[in-house]
Amino acid sequence: MSRSITIKDISRSFDLGGRTVLALDRVNLNIAAGEFVTLVGASGCGKSTLLRLIAGLDEPDLGMIEVAGVEIEGPGVDRAMVFQNYSLFPWLSVLGNVLFSRRLVANRYDLTASERDGETARASSLLDLMGLTRVQDAYPDQLSGGMRQRVAIARALMSRPAILLMDEPFGALDAQTREVMHDLILDVFAKEKSTIVFVTHDVEEAVYLGQRVVLMAPQPGRIDTVYEVPFESQRLPDLRLEPEFLHLKRAVMQRIRETSGVGNVAAAH
Amino acid sequence: MTLPIEHNVSDTPLAPPPRRRRRGVDRLWAIRGKSSKTEFAVFAIAGLLVPLAGWMALSHSGILPKLFMPDPIRVIARFWVWITREGFGQDMQVSLLRVSMGFLLALLLALPLGLLAGTFRPVQVFLEPVLDFIRYMPAVAFIPLVMLWFGIGETAKMAIIFIGTFFQMVLMMGDDVRRVAMTQIEAAQTMGANRREVIWQVIFPAAAPALLTTARVTLGWAWTYLVVAELVSANDGLGYAILKAQRFLQTDKIFAGIIVIGLIGLVQDQLLRWLHNRLFPWHGRG
Repeated sequence: MSRSITIKDISRSFDLGGRTVLALDRVNLNIAAGEFVTLVGASGCGKSTLLRLIAGLDEPDLGMIEVAGVEIEGPGVDRAMVFQNYSLFPWLSVLGNVLFSRRLVANRYDLTASERDGETARASSLLDLMGLTRVQDAYPDQLSGGMRQRVAIARALMSRPAILLMDEPFGALDAQTREVMHDLILDVFAKEKSTIVFVTHDVEEAVYLGQRVVLMAPQPGRIDTVYEVPFESQRLPDLRLEPEFLHLKRAVMQRIRETSGVGNVAAAH
Repeated sequence: MTLPIEHNVSDTPLAPPPRRRRRGVDRLWAIRGKSSKTEFAVFAIAGLLVPLAGWMALSHSGILPKLFMPDPIRVIARFWVWITREGFGQDMQVSLLRVSMGFLLALLLALPLGLLAGTFRPVQVFLEPVLDFIRYMPAVAFIPLVMLWFGIGETAKMAIIFIGTFFQMVLMMGDDVRRVAMTQIEAAQTMGANRREVIWQVIFPAAAPALLTTARVTLGWAWTYLVVAELVSANDGLGYAILKAQRFLQTDKIFAGIIVIGLIGLVQDQLLRWLHNRLFPWHGRG
C-alpha cells in the first residue's frame, strides 16, 4: 500500500537570532504513490525541513501538503519517519521497540484476536527481514549503529505506513555498513511497496536509491533540479561503478556545488 | 578483464607476538589506568584505615584533650551504650520517620510539577523564575518562621525538610524531563502517539533513571535539614541526641551520632543505586 504526496506552494521561514531565514520558498512537488524519491542539496537548502513538514512534525507558513488528496494535519500513522539517530527507546528491547506502535490507541482500535496474532507474525517477519532475530531481546545501547538503524526502520514499518520518510538515516554509519543498508532498504521498498522520501547529503546514496533525485538549493530553500534516474528499481552494488551512474552522480554533485553559494563565488571568477 | 588478486588463505596460524603489555607499577599508575581486584581492595581499605589511623594518632598524641578528641574505640563503646541503654533505636526510628515523611511529601508534589515543567513551556515559564528565586533563600532561615507557624511539633520538622528539598527538586526534575531526546518524542508522534501517550510511554520512562538519581541526591539533603531541624527544636531523634550530648560534653556520643547519620546515608544511597540497576537494567550504572 502506498500513497501520493502533493506539496503545494509551501513556504517556511525560521527566526535565527533575530534574522529571518527563508528555509523553503514556495516549493511545489508531486510524489507518486509507490515512488522512491531522494532529496539532496547543500546544507541549509531546506531538505530536512521539507521532510518534517510532510511528517507533520512542523507546519508551513503558507501552502499545504496533501497525502492521497487529503490535506495533512499533524503527524499520522500513514507517514512513518526514520531519524538519523537517537530515536530508539533505550528502555525497550529490540522487539519492544518494533512493537511500540501496537500499544498506541491510534493503531489499536477494532483488532480481532487473529489480527493480533498477525501483528506478532508481522513483527517477527520484520525482524527477520532486517536480520535482527538474534538480537530481539537486546537493548538498543548494546547494538552497533547499523543495527540500531535497522531497528528504527523495522519499527517504522510495523504499522504498514503508506509513506516512509527517512531523514539521513545512514548519515552516522560507516561506508561499508551504509552500502549494506542501501541494498536492505531497496529490498524493503520492493517488499513493502510504500512511497519513500529519503533525505541525504550523500549524492551516491541519492542516485543509487532514488527513482528521482530532487536537488534543492539554499537561500532561499527551493527545488533546483529534478533528475530522473534511468536505472530499474532492482539495483546491485556494482551499479555504482557504471559510467552512466558516475555521469549522473557527477552532474548532481556539480550542481550542488554551483548552488551552494561557495560554487557561485568560484563561478564568478 | 580480471586482475590477479592475491587472497591470504594460509591456514597456519601466525605465532603470537611477544608479550608487550605494561605490567605492575607502570600499568597501575598509568594515566586512567586499571586496577586488579587485589589492588582495588588494597587501596579501598587503605582509604578507610588511613583516616582512622590519623584519628587514633591525633587522639593519643595529646595535642588535643581526650575530652574533645575521643579515640575510635571509645566512640564505639559509647555507641554501644547508646544502643543498649539510651534509646538509640527510638532516636533513629523518629529521625527516619521525619526524613521519610518530609522527603516523600516533597517528592510527591515535585514529581508531577517537574514532569509538567519539563514538558509544557507555559508551566516552565510560570514556575521557574519563582522557584529559582526561592531556592536561593536558605531553608535554615525559615526555621524561626516555621516555628511560629507550626510550633515545634512533627509538622515543623517536615516543613523544614520540605522547604530544603522541594523547590530544588522541581527544578532538577524539570531539567531531567527536558533532557529527553526530542527525536524519541517525535518518533512516537509519527507512530501515532497522542499527547497522553507521549508523556506516559515516552517522556516518563525515558526520564525515569534521571528522576531517581535526582531523588537520591535530594534525599541526602533531606538528612541535612532533618539534623538542622532537630538541633533547633526537638525532644528526640539523632540530631537532638547530638545536641544533648554537647550539653553534657559527651564528645564520644557526638562522634557516634555523626558517623551513624553518615552510615544511614550510605546505606540509603546503596539501596537506591541497587533499585536503579534493578529498575533500569538498560541504563548505565546509577
